[in-house]
Amino acid sequence: MGFQALLFYALAAVLLTAAVATVTLRCMVRAALCLILAFFTAAMLWMLLHAEFLSILLVLVYIGAVLVLFLFVVMMVERETPAEQRAPFRLSAALVALLMIAELLAVLGSEDFGPAQEVPSTIGSNTQALGAVLYTEYALAFEAAAVALLIAIVGAIALTLRERGEQHRQKPSEQTQASKQERLRLTDGRTEPPC
Amino acid sequence: MFDWTTDAAVWLRVAEILLHSIFILVPLLVVVAYYTYAERKVIGYIQMRLGPNRVGPRGLFQPIADALKLITKEVVQPQQANRGLFYIAPLAALVPALGGWAVIPFDEGVWLADVDAGLLYVLALTSLGAYGIIIAGWASNSRYALLGAMRQAAQVVSYEIAMGFALVGVLMLAGSLNLSAIVLAQSGGVLSWFFLPLLPLFVVYLVSGVAETNRAPFDVVEGESELVAGFHVEYSGAGFTLFFLAEYSAMTLVAALTAILFFGGWLSPFEGWAWAEGLPVLDSGIHWWVLKTAFFMYCFLWFRATFPRYRYDQIMRLGWKAFIPVTLIWIFVLGVAQHLIGVVR
Repeated sequence: MGFQALLFYALAAVLLTAAVATVTLRCMVRAALCLILAFFTAAMLWMLLHAEFLSILLVLVYIGAVLVLFLFVVMMVERETPAEQRAPFRLSAALVALLMIAELLAVLGSEDFGPAQEVPSTIGSNTQALGAVLYTEYALAFEAAAVALLIAIVGAIALTLRERGEQHRQKPSEQTQASKQERLRLTDGRTEPPC
Repeated sequence: MFDWTTDAAVWLRVAEILLHSIFILVPLLVVVAYYTYAERKVIGYIQMRLGPNRVGPRGLFQPIADALKLITKEVVQPQQANRGLFYIAPLAALVPALGGWAVIPFDEGVWLADVDAGLLYVLALTSLGAYGIIIAGWASNSRYALLGAMRQAAQVVSYEIAMGFALVGVLMLAGSLNLSAIVLAQSGGVLSWFFLPLLPLFVVYLVSGVAETNRAPFDVVEGESELVAGFHVEYSGAGFTLFFLAEYSAMTLVAALTAILFFGGWLSPFEGWAWAEGLPVLDSGIHWWVLKTAFFMYCFLWFRATFPRYRYDQIMRLGWKAFIPVTLIWIFVLGVAQHLIGVVR
């Protein structure tokens, strides 16, 4: 067994343990942290496949940004859901899980599943090779995905930006317009009678 | 189970890498220790004080005394703290700050790992540093710590975007994500360094670096006037030391990266100048990288002594409404310029 194989089995063991812990742990924060560990180990496995660009991107985007916010939300909610509150969801959860397993099997089991592009045998730079394909052959799909994401961003901002009348907000444009004349009044030092 | 004869070379390589990382980490930790001394001295002089001057000549042994004191102190664990996570958090903060040094090129051919996507690797690791602080804030089971952690999460995620966009400019000029290739793309003297064509991005990167490492004037995460000490309010002794080490090594890393990405790393500013040829000191070499890094490390201290702390909403405004638009516009300008000059790689 070589060093790579040893690494693979060690990482795979960690990945499976973390994934199982994610769905079984009662404490939400611990579960989210296990999910982070699972993502990280998956990134390491990709690294073993020489897919360093995808691997680092997984760490950067998912662990570095998405899961930070996820953890953030989980920390705000209750630590543990009581058993009686969990019970009604058992059946629907099982159904969703079964559906997902069926979908995964359908995709992974089909004959079409596999690389559409021949992997270049002389991989100089993984990142360069990926960029060359992404911005030429798949440029349209790439741009479509970018536009879809942009729409989602604008939508999310529009949803949170509803003005509510009674709120007091900082208005930086007014704050920077403040001048000495309207804020400061010089007196001759004597206290003025209260009006 | 193991085929030692064929794999011996691989294991030797692993041992070699471990040895090399010790050669990087030990000097780094010494630098970090004396960085804290430099901070107290520099800020002292800026405020017309002497700074530490009791332990050793001119207070030079102060960091050693501090380290001994911190390590021998009792580690207090709050009663309601989450046991495991409370102790993992300082490590989770320190490891990414040290791990980034793996891809830093110190001189031509002197690096631990020559990673093709080195720039992305560093960016990914700096974003991981957030977890140490978030976990610490939550595991401490304290209001102050949790508030500090919340601020930090929002701040790091916001400034990471500006930082990433600033690095896109570097990537466009260098045509590579490899850090040593980025340095070599800047060869040709001080006027070829990237800080000139990327001046707005350089400013954005440096300021975002200060914000990412939670240093003043962006240190609302600690914000002692509001949150006592923020995320590490419950940590004492060794745990606090590790957070301290993480913060200062992250600052050193940002300074080193600024030198590499915008100021030509180990390259000499006099490259290609006729009169400087033949003078060994003015030749490219690791000393230039050390000098540039030291300057940006000094900038961190200088900022802290100069600027008052930003309010939280001002930090968010600066990140989202000033920095991100600036970087986006400059990336567009760069793209158009590259197209017109015809240097698209």
